[in-house]
Order: sequence, then C-alpha cells, then structure tokens
Amino acid sequence: MMEYKNIQTICPFCGCGCGLNLEVVDGEVIGVLPANEHPVGQGSLCIKGWNAHSFIHHADRLDTPLIRKNGEFHKATWDEALSLTSEKLGTIKAEHGPDSIGILASAKCTNEENYLLQKFTRAVIGTNNIDHCARL
Amino acid sequence: MIEEIRALVEEKVLELDGVVGLRQTDLGVAPYLFQRGDDLSQLVLEPRYPMSQVASQLQKRFREANIGIVARGCDTRALFEMAKRFQINPEKLFILGVSCTADQAEICFCADPAPNTENWPRAEILGEPVPGAQPNPMVYEHENLSMEERWKFWQQQFSKCIKCYGCRDICPVCFCEACALEDPMWVEPGLLVPDFPTFHLIKAMHMTTRCIACRQCELACPADIPLTVLYDLIRKDVAELIGYVPGADLNSGPPLSLTLADAPMKSELV
Repeated sequence: MMEYKNIQTICPFCGCGCGLNLEVVDGEVIGVLPANEHPVGQGSLCIKGWNAHSFIHHADRLDTPLIRKNGEFHKATWDEALSLTSEKLGTIKAEHGPDSIGILASAKCTNEENYLLQKFTRAVIGTNNIDHCARL
Repeated sequence: MIEEIRALVEEKVLELDGVVGLRQTDLGVAPYLFQRGDDLSQLVLEPRYPMSQVASQLQKRFREANIGIVARGCDTRALFEMAKRFQINPEKLFILGVSCTADQAEICFCADPAPNTENWPRAEILGEPVPGAQPNPMVYEHENLSMEERWKFWQQQFSKCIKCYGCRDICPVCFCEACALEDPMWVEPGLLVPDFPTFHLIKAMHMTTRCIACRQCELACPADIPLTVLYDLIRKDVAELIGYVPGADLNSGPPLSLTLADAPMKSELV
C-alpha cells in the first residue's frame, strides 16, 4: 500500500492558531507543511509549528495514564485515573476547602475546553483559582 | 488547460502507482498522491508547495514504486538538482510538466517559467511555455549599494529572524539529515536572534549551486526577509564564475560535489 495525503489542522501550540498540514504516509505522520492559504499563518510557521508532528509517534509519548504506587508509575486506564483524580480532589476540597485547589488551563486547549475548565473550577470545585499556563 | 492536465493524470494513475499533485479540499490545497479512483476534479496547480520533497520522500519509502508528478518549471528544476544529488530516482518518476502563465511568472519574478524535462527518462509537457519575467527589482537596487550599505541592510533584515528554520524546511532542494544549522559547533542552540551573519551565510553558502530560484523560502518566512535577493545574487555569481545554472541541465553535475579536474574554473579566475 502506498498512500500520501495531507491533513489540514491547526497548530496545537500557542493561541495564534496557524494552519498547518500534517503529511501522512500510510497512516504515519512524517512531517509538517504550512497551510499556504490559511488566514492566520499565511503559509508561515514558527519552529514549533514546523515540528508539531514530532511528538505524535515519539517513543517517550505516554499512551495511557500512569498512576504512582509506592514511588513507581504503573499504567492505568482512563477510568482508573479519572476516578482517582476526582476522589483525591474531593478529599482535598473536603479537608482543606475549595481554595486549596488551583487549576491551570492551557493554550493547547480549544476555547471550548478552556471554558469548560473554568466552569469546572468555579462551579464544581468552587474556587476562582483558575489561570493560564502562559502566566506561569 | 486544467482539464487537459486532469485528463492526463487520470490516464496516468491507471498505469503508474500514483501521481503527486496538489489537491483542493474544503480545508485548502495541499500535496497529495492521486491514485486510481480518486476524484481528479480536485487537482489544482496553486499555491506552490515543495513537490520535489514529496516525491523524494515517497521514493525513499517505496523504492520500487513508479510514480508521476505534476511539475511547474520550478519543480522540474528542483527535481533536476535532487536527482543529481541522488535524492530522486529519475527512472521511477514520470514528470508531467505544466507551463506557467505569464502572470504566474511575473508573481514569482521567474526567469525560467517553462518546465524543463530534457534528458529525463519519461516526461510530457502540457501548455505553451511563456518567456521569463523581469527579476525582482530589489536585486538591481542591491547591486548598486556599497558593501557598508549591504552589511547594514542584511544586519537589519536578519535581525528579524525568529529562527524557525522555515526557509530550510520548505526548500525543495534541501535534504541533509545532519544540518549544519543544527550543529552546535556552528549555531548556538537557544540563541535568538541567531548570530549575524553566520547563521544566514551558512544557509546561503549551502544554497550556492543549488538554489533553483523558486522563492518558496521567502514566502514561508514569517519575518518577510527577502532571502532570494541574496540567493539571486549568488546564482548570478555562480553563473558568471563557473557557468553553472542550478536546474538547467540534468547532465551537468553539481560543481561543489565535483573535483576541480571534473569542473575546472574559468582560466581567468585560477
């Protein structure tokens, strides 16, 4: 089989949102080309955009959540990881109050995901401690 | 003319393993390998992408594949230079050359808009070639500047560089796996703005006898640095000094890869 195509998408890094093409050969992402007609990037990318494909098939990329037990990471399912997280957040909130928790949002999320995250922080956790990773 | 090209590609996808061209979808235009059964009405000719790189990558992965490529004049020049450096196998690549229009040539300041397939094993050219356009006036203007003024000009231009490596990444004739621009011996990692003039002169030196004047580096530059003014002047020097025009002749080897005995310099320079 030999298939080559480009998938146009948006750069996952900063909030500018340049258009880029992921070059795909037989299901493997092999490179990036700028999206020449995209209104934001207009055919240009920065060094992060040009390398936006490099983590996709990287050996160090996590493909499952990890839970630390006795100082060591163990592979876990999403259900296990999310159950543990909600349980711990619930315990911390009950013992130390909602303002003991802070949430950091990300430029790599969409607007909608960031909206959800602040809603979660304010309405579910009950704190105004929500900030953006760009201000770290 | 586009209908004629689509018809020929439709014919070629039946006998070849695929044809590299530009595909228009709802999201935009990008390179694509057209194969049997694909919708050829999606085949378009603009905007430009480094098509020689796409063909080279496919040939390296699928050494036995017989593919075709829809190529404008600049693409054929790039294929020539890549073939000379063993990055393209001409025996396995059919070129479907497409003549640019006078308007396209003018936009690109292209001196040589006609696709060139001379001595290429299998090729076909569609459309009537148009004469070359006038060069970028900035090149003439630059030639009249003093050395001091040139230095200041490039210092100012290169101070805008954000070191994205886009000029290298988009280049249809750049292929080294180990790039001097990523070697800490030459380029200090993490330093922004990159060293003037080292960074850009290393790039310029590596484009010497290689740059096929497609201008894609300039279009990809987020800082609008007029890189091809520099490269055009180098091309001119190379043509005058050693009589080499990148992309013009498939059978003349790249001078910097030959010994002086193979490609003697003109006597007045020795």
